[in-house]
Amino acid sequence: MEKNGIDNPKILIIAGSAGSFSALMLLVEAFTSAKVIYVLVQHRKTNADPILTDLIKGKTNLPVHEVEDKDAILPGHIYIAPANYHLLFESKKTFSLDNSEKINFSRPSFDVTFESAADIFSKDATGILLSGANEDGAIGILKIKKAGGVTLVQDPTEAQVDCMPKKAIDMHAHTHIMQTQEMISYIKKNFD
Amino acid sequence: MIRDEELEELIEVLAVNYGYDYSNYARASLKRRVNRILTIDRFPSYSELLYRVKTNPDYIANIVQALTVNVTEMFRDPLVFKTLREDVIPYLATLPFIRIWHAGCATGEEVYSMAILLEEAGLLDNSLLYATDISPAVIENVRSGIFPIAQMKQYSENYIQSGGTNDFSKYYTAKYDWAKFHERFKQKMIIATHNLVSDRSFNEFQLIICRNVLIYFDKVLQERTLKLFDDSLEKFGFLVLGSKENIRFSQISLRYQQLNNQDKIWRRME
Repeated sequence: MEKNGIDNPKILIIAGSAGSFSALMLLVEAFTSAKVIYVLVQHRKTNADPILTDLIKGKTNLPVHEVEDKDAILPGHIYIAPANYHLLFESKKTFSLDNSEKINFSRPSFDVTFESAADIFSKDATGILLSGANEDGAIGILKIKKAGGVTLVQDPTEAQVDCMPKKAIDMHAHTHIMQTQEMISYIKKNFD
Repeated sequence: MIRDEELEELIEVLAVNYGYDYSNYARASLKRRVNRILTIDRFPSYSELLYRVKTNPDYIANIVQALTVNVTEMFRDPLVFKTLREDVIPYLATLPFIRIWHAGCATGEEVYSMAILLEEAGLLDNSLLYATDISPAVIENVRSGIFPIAQMKQYSENYIQSGGTNDFSKYYTAKYDWAKFHERFKQKMIIATHNLVSDRSFNEFQLIICRNVLIYFDKVLQERTLKLFDDSLEKFGFLVLGSKENIRFSQISLRYQQLNNQDKIWRRME
């Protein structure tokens, strides 16, 4: 089996919308590996302030960045999608941004980032879909699953707003349906 | 989703047959654009698209328009326009004549925003705004000065956030679903197609605005484009990029100073 390493780093992408904040904060505390790329995509207000970045910095010792165009992708770093841009992967080493039309009324759109991750990282990508009020993310996370990656969808009974996880589960886009604590155990076990 | 090899083949056909060179465009978003064309124009597969491109030169204008992202708005990121008002316009006011280049202006919303700022500063009569874009189709919209009335509420809010104090509706005439901006703005605009990939510098400017265009280019083309801007900007002139774009990777950054920590506005110092 191919080994993960410098050239094939693992990437963990977490997407969350309405009602996902507390789960997200708990998950961030489980980010500890210097070998994993962590990416957070949130639906945010258009004229976003840096509050989200500051809050996440307070939960981790890893470096946290809001992505700028063509920023390098480094393992052991946490990247946050900027408001009003779609976040894409140009290669395993470089991000790119795109301010084209909204998808699912959203920019950033989870579908866009998940789909790009499936294309570039395939089986090395893990996608997590949390609470949210629309259906963004289901199609994209299914593409990660089809590309051989793992997908974790928040248990709708736990999610504050269950539309988003329900849609993904309806499409069989999940590898596992999990509550936040199970996700934390999964991350600790598989991303050390 | 089209395959990487198919994308490369399409890029080659567009360059060799029609002179549109997308080879230095960032692949992740270009791929999305092509997939979008497949969906919108209902091609059963990539092969049909390729056939249409090869056999129908009239279709190329559609392709160029659809490959280009034309998303824009008036006074987008209002705080940038506030900085332009407060920190850039006072410098422009000291000049006998003002030339501004909106590179990759899409449908022209930012050009009209800039014209409004200049008018409010009493500088419009001494100014020329050069509005250029790769796509002939969108350039026509700049010329018309007509925008959807449904957008005006948002634009008016942006305008106020940018420090505007007038009633925004005084700048246009509403008719049915459309807002037509006053002729006096267009009279100060020079509107033309210009391809940042293949065309050269054509004048010297004191302000160049190119927001959310470089994100679609790879680093090589970004550098070439920034060099083109550098060749087209006077000493003490300003360069404005999109909110997530940067010149820090570029050779030209040595000659430039960022105006403040928030805005992507740089000043040429030598």
